[in-house]
Amino acid sequence: MLKQIEGSHAVAEAVALCRPEVICAYPISPQTHIVEGLGEMVKSGEIKQCEFLNVESEFAAMSVAIGSSAAGARTYTATASQGLLFMVEAVYNASGLGLPIVMTVANRAIGAPINIWNDHSDSMSQRDCGWIQIFAETNQEAADLHIQAFKLAEELSLPVMVCMDGFILTHAYERVDIPTQAQVDAFLPPYSPRQVLDPANPVSIGAMVGPEAFSEVRYLAHAKQMQALELIPKISREFQEIFGRESGGLVRPYMLDDAETVVVALGSVLGTIKDTIDEMRADGISIGVLGINSFRPFPISAVRRALSHAKRIVVLEKSLAVGIGGIVATDVRLALDGLDQRIYTVVAGLGGRNITRGSLHRVFRMAMHDQLEPLHFLDLDWGVVNRELDRERTTRRSGPIAENILRDVGTASRQSV
Amino acid sequence: MNKPFAITLNVGSSLANKTGTWRTYRPEYIKRLPPCNNACPAGENTQGWLYHAESGDYETAWRTLTADNPMPAVMGRVCYHPCEGACNRGKLDSAVGINSVERFLGDEAIKQGWKFAKPAQESGKRILIVGSGPSGMSAAYQLRRLGHTVVVFDAAPYAGGMMRFGIPKYRLPREVLDAEVQRILDMGVELRLNTKVTDILKTMKDEKFDAAFLAVGAHIAKRTAIPAAESARILDAVSVLRNMEGEDKPMLGRRVVVYGGGNTAIDVARTAKRLGAEEAIIVYRRTRDKMPAHDFEVEEALQEGVMMRWLSTIKQVGDGGAIQVEKMELDEQGRPVPTGEFETLEADSVVLALGQDVDLGLLDGVPDLTFEDGVVQVGENMMTGYSGIFAGGDMVPSERTVTVGVGHGKRAARHIDAWLRGTVYQPAPKGELANFEKLNPWYYTDADKTVRPMLDIIRRQSSFDEVQGGLDENNALFEARRCLSCGNCFECDNCYGVCPDNAVIKLGAGKGFEFNYEYCKGCGICVAECPCGAIKMVAEEN
Amino acid sequence: MGFQPIKFYQTGTFTVGNRLLPPEQRSVQADMQRSNALNSGHRACQGCGEALGARYAIDAAMRATGNQLIAVNATGCLEVFSTPYPETSWQLPWIHSLFGNAAAVATGVAAANKIRAQKEGQAESQTRVIAQGGDGGTTDIGFGCLSGMFERNDDVLYICYDNQAYMNTGVQRSSATPPAARTATTMPVGPEPGNVFGQGKNVPLIAMAHGIPYVATATVADLRDLEYKVKKAMGMRGARYIHIFVPCPLGWGSASHDTIKLARLAKETGLFPVFEAEYGEVTNVSKIRQKMAVEEYLRPQRRFAHLFGKSPKLDVIARFQHIADQNIYKFGLLGEDKATVGYYGVESV
Repeated sequence: MLKQIEGSHAVAEAVALCRPEVICAYPISPQTHIVEGLGEMVKSGEIKQCEFLNVESEFAAMSVAIGSSAAGARTYTATASQGLLFMVEAVYNASGLGLPIVMTVANRAIGAPINIWNDHSDSMSQRDCGWIQIFAETNQEAADLHIQAFKLAEELSLPVMVCMDGFILTHAYERVDIPTQAQVDAFLPPYSPRQVLDPANPVSIGAMVGPEAFSEVRYLAHAKQMQALELIPKISREFQEIFGRESGGLVRPYMLDDAETVVVALGSVLGTIKDTIDEMRADGISIGVLGINSFRPFPISAVRRALSHAKRIVVLEKSLAVGIGGIVATDVRLALDGLDQRIYTVVAGLGGRNITRGSLHRVFRMAMHDQLEPLHFLDLDWGVVNRELDRERTTRRSGPIAENILRDVGTASRQSV
Repeated sequence: MNKPFAITLNVGSSLANKTGTWRTYRPEYIKRLPPCNNACPAGENTQGWLYHAESGDYETAWRTLTADNPMPAVMGRVCYHPCEGACNRGKLDSAVGINSVERFLGDEAIKQGWKFAKPAQESGKRILIVGSGPSGMSAAYQLRRLGHTVVVFDAAPYAGGMMRFGIPKYRLPREVLDAEVQRILDMGVELRLNTKVTDILKTMKDEKFDAAFLAVGAHIAKRTAIPAAESARILDAVSVLRNMEGEDKPMLGRRVVVYGGGNTAIDVARTAKRLGAEEAIIVYRRTRDKMPAHDFEVEEALQEGVMMRWLSTIKQVGDGGAIQVEKMELDEQGRPVPTGEFETLEADSVVLALGQDVDLGLLDGVPDLTFEDGVVQVGENMMTGYSGIFAGGDMVPSERTVTVGVGHGKRAARHIDAWLRGTVYQPAPKGELANFEKLNPWYYTDADKTVRPMLDIIRRQSSFDEVQGGLDENNALFEARRCLSCGNCFECDNCYGVCPDNAVIKLGAGKGFEFNYEYCKGCGICVAECPCGAIKMVAEEN
Repeated sequence: MGFQPIKFYQTGTFTVGNRLLPPEQRSVQADMQRSNALNSGHRACQGCGEALGARYAIDAAMRATGNQLIAVNATGCLEVFSTPYPETSWQLPWIHSLFGNAAAVATGVAAANKIRAQKEGQAESQTRVIAQGGDGGTTDIGFGCLSGMFERNDDVLYICYDNQAYMNTGVQRSSATPPAARTATTMPVGPEPGNVFGQGKNVPLIAMAHGIPYVATATVADLRDLEYKVKKAMGMRGARYIHIFVPCPLGWGSASHDTIKLARLAKETGLFPVFEAEYGEVTNVSKIRQKMAVEEYLRPQRRFAHLFGKSPKLDVIARFQHIADQNIYKFGLLGEDKATVGYYGVESV
C-alpha cells in the first residue's frame, strides 16, 4: 500500500510487519520516531505478542536484546551516534554470540563537538564489530531492508545493522509502498533459533574461549559474513519475487557500462549523485556511480567487477578516518588491488553539511581532469581552518576549536554584511 | 542443537576436569571415641545407642546398649553416670541425660517384654560364676551369648548381690532388678541360690567346670574400735541394708547416728528416716566437699531431713546412747585433725558405714594367687594367678560401683571365651578421643537438659517408693536428641551440603557419605563444618 | 529468621540436613536428587564461597521452579571458573554476556519468555530467570542495568554474590569493599592503610529504595535461610534482589576451610545484617544468635592483618565495632523490637 509517510514511520511499519517479539528503546535523535512509532503500535495492540521495553541506556537496550534473542525472541532495537558508541561492548557481544538482532542505525555524527546531524561516523566506527551493515538509499529501501534484515540475520545467526541517514531519510516524508502482512509472512518465516536458552535442552552460552580456539571462533565469524555475500543477493531476489521490486543486494551500479569515472558512495547521497551524473551524462561525460548496499560484508568481488573498467574512482564518503582519510575508500582500494586506476577520496557531508549538486559537479570534474588531490574535503572552509591552525601555532591556550570556528564564521558573516 | 563452536557448550562437560589433582590434603571420614563411651566403666557404646533412640527406634537402641550391659533399667537408676560428667554437651548447656534415657530404654524393654536371643550354637564349655551381683550377671550374660553353659552360684536367698543387699529399694525397686536378672536367666543361665562356694577348686572339679569367674562382692562390714558401753546399740551398714531385704526390718530407734561419709552412709541414713526415725544424723570427720558420697545423694538426703555433722568423729558410745563426738578441723593438707572440743549426741543406735571387706574364704588353698589390701589381684585379662580362675567386681582392686562390676563381667567374659579357645582376646584399639575442640558446636540447637521428676518429699520421708521418676517417651526422645554424636557421623548432611565442589556423595539413609576424590580440592570446609568431628584432614602422600 | 525454625532435633535448623526430619522439611542441599546446578569440575579456588553460594541459590531456585529456570551471569569469577571452553559446570540454560549487563540481559530473557508464554496461551511464563554476578558486576559496573531492571519491575531475580572486591582481576577494591581492607588498589600503606572509611554503597538498601517486591540478604553460613529466601523470591513476580555474603579465601587471605565460619562471624558480629524487605520495608531480621566482637571476624583475614600484630590499631577496630553496633541498633539484630530501617544511613561491611 502506497503511503506518504515519514521515513521513520515507514521503518516502524516494516518492522511491525516482521512480527517482532521484543523491542527495546532508548531515545536518541534521529532514530526516536522509529521506536516511538513501534511503542505506540505495541501499546495499541496493533503489534500483538510483543514486549516493548523502555530501557535506561543504549547499553541496556542492546543487552536486553541479547537476552531476548538468546531466549528465542525476534528482537529489534534502534539507535544512533553516541547511543551506538555507548552500546559498543554489547554490540560486539551480540555478534560474538551469534544473535540475530536487527538494529536500525539512524546515521549521525559523533561528538565532540556534539552534533545531531547526519554522517556515517557512527556505523563506520562499528565496521569491525561483526555485524552485517547494510545501507539504505531511500526510505522505500530502508523499509524493505528491514524486512530482508530479519531473514538474513536469522538464517545466518548474525545481527544486522540497517543504516539509514539520519534526518535526510528518517525525517523525510516520501511515498513508500508498505507491504501487506501476507507478503511479509510469505517472505519471512517465524524465527527458529540456532541456539536458545531452553530448560528442556540446556546449554551454556558465552563460554570463555582461550588461545586454543579463539582464532577459530573469529574465523568462523568471518566465514559467516562471507556466506552473507551469497545470501544477500539471494534474499534480494526472493524479495523481488514476492514484493515486485528491487531492493537490497550487495552493490547498486548506475551508468557504469562505459564510465571512465565512477563514483562510489553509500546511503541517501546516492540520489544526489545520480542526479548529478544524469546532468553530466547529458553533457556527454562518461561517468557512473556504484552504490554500496552491503558495507559489511564488503563485497570485494562485486566491487572489483563493477569498477575494473573505470579509469578513475571517486569514493565519496560521509566519514573520516582521522589520521588516514577515507574508510570506504580503503576498502575500495583493497578491492581494486593491482589495477592501474586513480582512486580519489572525497570526504563529504560531515555533521550534516549539505552535499550540493554544484559541489559534486565541481569535484567530479576535477577528478575527471585528475586535478583532485587524493584526499579531498568537500566544501571545506580553508579560511576557518587556517586561522585556527595559525592560532594554535602562536597561542598555547588557543581555546576550544569548535567555539573558535563558530566565532570565526560569525565574524566572517558580519564582515560579509 | 547445532551449536556455535566453542561459545556454546553442552551441560555437564566440566566433569572432564578432575579437580582432585589440586589436593594436598584429603578429608577422610573417621569415628572418634565419644567421651561418654570413653568414660563408661561398662564400656557402653552410649553414642551408638543414643543414635537409635534419637529416631525413636528404642528396641534397636536397647539392643545396642545391651550388647555391653544387660541391665539398663538397673543402670538407669544406680549408675553414677561418669558418661554425663564427660559429656561434651556439658560445655554447651548441660550434659545429655544419658542415664535417664538408659533407664527409659530399660523400663521400655521390661514393659515391652523384649528378650535376649539365645545363642545360636552351644560351645559345650561349662563356666562357673560365683556371685549373682552386677559383675557375675554381666559375665553370665556375655558368656551365654557366646554359647557357653553358665551356672551362677550365690550364697544369698535372692539374686542381685549388692544391687539387692546394698542399694535401698527407693533407689532400685526390686521388681526392676528381678526383671533384668530373670531376662538373663531366660537365656538359659542356671542360677543356684543359697549355695555358698567354700572351695572353688573342688566345686569346679566336682561339676567339671572349664573356667570360673568369681565375683562374690564385699559384704563384710569394716569395723573400727570405738569404746562402747555394753548397752550401746552399734550396727553395721551392710547388715542394716541386708536386713531390709528380709522379713524382719532392722530396729534402729527414733534417733539414729550413721558414722561415715560414703554412699552407703547416706543410704542407711535415708533408710532410717523411712523406717520412722525422727532424727538421722550422719557423722563424718571431714567437710561436705570431701565426702566420698555423690553430692546429689547428699543433697537428696538433706532434702529428706537427714542431718549432717561434718568435721566430727565418734570417740565413744556411752550408756543410753550418749555419743561423744570430737570436733575436727582440716590442716593445710586438708586432713582432719582433732581439736580437743567435744560434744554429745543422743542416739538409739549407731550404724557404722566405714566400708566393706571381701570374704575370700573360697580361695583358700588355691595356689599362685596374690592378695593385696584384702582383694585378689588379677591381670589385664581379669584372670587370677591361677589359670582358669577369673575374678571381678568388688573382690578385685577397683572402684566399687555397679557399673564397674558390669564392665568387669563383660571384660572377663571375653577373655574367658578366648582362653577357652586357646587364644588371646585383643580389644579393638581405642579411637582418638572426640573432645570438645573437635566439634563445631554452632550447629547444635540450644536445648536444656530435661529434669526427671522427683517424688514428693513427704512420701520420700515415709515410704520406700522410688524417689526419682523416669522420663516419658516424649522427653526421653528429646533428651536423646540432645546428643552431639561426638566423633561419629549422624547424617546431618553438612559435608554433603557445604562442599563447594559437590565432591561428597550421599549414600542414603543409614549409609553415610563418601568423598569423591576425583573432584575434592581439599579445602577442608567439610571438616570445619562437621558438627561432630567425624572428618579429618590427612596429608596426601604424593 | 523468616521461616519456622526447627527445634529439638539435635541440630535443628542449623545443619544442612537432619535424618530425623521428614524429607519435605529438609533443605534442598540435603537432597540426593538436588540439581547440582553448578557441577563438579569447576575451577573455583579451594573453599570458594561464591561457588558454594551459587549452587545453594540456583539449586533452591531449580527446586522452586521445577527446573524451569534460566540463568544470566555477569563476567567475573563465577563465570570464568564455571565455563572455560570446552567445559561448562552449569546444568541449566545459562548465558554470559558482559560484565555490566547481566540484569538487562535477564530482562531480555524474561521478555522473551513472557512472549513465548503468551503465544502458548499462558497467562505468565513458567520459565523463570535469575541474573547473577559478583559485587563488582552488581554494585559498580552493572549498577545502571540493575537499577533499570528494578525500576521497571522486570520479572527477574538478581543475585549478588558479594565477596567484597574484584577477585577475578586480582583483588581490587569495589564499592562493596569494607573499610581498612587491603586490596591491590587499597594497599595497607600510608597514614590510612587499606580501604578508606566512609565510602561504599549498600545495594540492598538502594534496591529497597526502588520499592521492588523483594529484597533480602543472606550468607553461605545459613543455608536454610538462604534457601527460604530464594524460594520465597521465586514465588513472587517482578524485580527481586538477594545479596549473598560469600567469603573469598584468596582475596581475603583466609584459610580455605574458614569460608563458612567467616560468613557466620560477619552475621554474628553485626557487620553483615541479614534481613528481608518487601516493597521497601524491612519485614524480617535474622537475629544474632551468639554475639561476637568484630575482632573475631577481622583477625583470621590477612586483608585486615595490618590492624593486628605488635601494635594493634585499636582505634580502627573500634570503628568497625561502631559499624557493627550501628547495624545491631538500626536493624534490631539483638532485641525483639522491630527494625526501623529506611534506605538511608546504614553502613555495611
